[in-house]
Amino acid sequence: MNRFLLPLSIFVVVVGFLGIGLTLNPREIPSPLVGKAAPEFSQPQLYDQEKIFSPNDLKGKVWLLNFWASWCNGCKTEHPVLMDLAKSGQVPIYGMDYKDQREEALTWLQRGGNPYSLVGVDEAGRVGINFGVYGVPETYVIDKQGVIRYKQIGPLDPDTVAKKIIPLVKQLELQ
Amino acid sequence: MIWVVLSLLFLSGPVWAGEAKPLADDPVAEARLKHLAVELRCLVCQNQTLADSNAPLAEDLRREVRDMIAKDMSDKEIIEFLTSRYGDFVLYRPPVKATTALLWVGPFVLLAIGATVLVITLRRRAHKVVDVVVTDEEHRKVEQLLAEGGKRS
Repeated sequence: MNRFLLPLSIFVVVVGFLGIGLTLNPREIPSPLVGKAAPEFSQPQLYDQEKIFSPNDLKGKVWLLNFWASWCNGCKTEHPVLMDLAKSGQVPIYGMDYKDQREEALTWLQRGGNPYSLVGVDEAGRVGINFGVYGVPETYVIDKQGVIRYKQIGPLDPDTVAKKIIPLVKQLELQ
Repeated sequence: MIWVVLSLLFLSGPVWAGEAKPLADDPVAEARLKHLAVELRCLVCQNQTLADSNAPLAEDLRREVRDMIAKDMSDKEIIEFLTSRYGDFVLYRPPVKATTALLWVGPFVLLAIGATVLVITLRRRAHKVVDVVVTDEEHRKVEQLLAEGGKRS
């Protein structure tokens, strides 16, 4: 009996570690930007290309910045969630059209509806790089002082919105 | 006719040779980019380096690194630019920090555990092997048996 106790306990520990490893998502890389000021940008707007979209105009507001593209698959699953959130009016969503064709982006918003208060265009993907985006969709919660409070990698789902985004936004609005 | 075909074949050689464009005009900058890019991880295809990957983000990041090289920024500044956005994860050689201590020390800890177990096992085994005392009587018997064996053959 004693002979098997040690190998068995080692086996159990290894299985435990591997089990934890299976539940982790290797795509979710913790962002060093959470807790830091959101990078500055000033990008042309999607609808009115003459106008500029800059986070400086949003100081004093809690808002979401959502990186999306018409070519992005995950954005399709996310779109209805964003539409519902926009309709609820709990937090304004600002969009950043990431490395996209203008015509296709406009068609996308016409078909699926436009959940965004404003859409900026990041054609070269530079704003994306400054925000540490490595796959759309990604969503950032930005507070009144312009500090990034949360980063969602991949599509938002109703559960994450209800359990993480909304409580965080409410808490940040009190500050 | 055959001469026309042959001459066309030979003439087309240098034209084809011009097809593969160099990645950048400056070979020194390109060498620096390569040197940096093999140390950096592509975040889309996580097991590829920034140099290997064809992912659009990797292309963009190579473009950014190229721009920074053109601006004469140091390797340290360039790596800081990337880690401030993507974290230590972009580095194939993570820095020694409290969070990465297990990663760096882990293999040596396992080696030490293995060595300790080996030493303990060997010592225990050494205890089990006891010198058997052979009495004079037994010794004589063995010699007799051996002598008998010698006679038979």
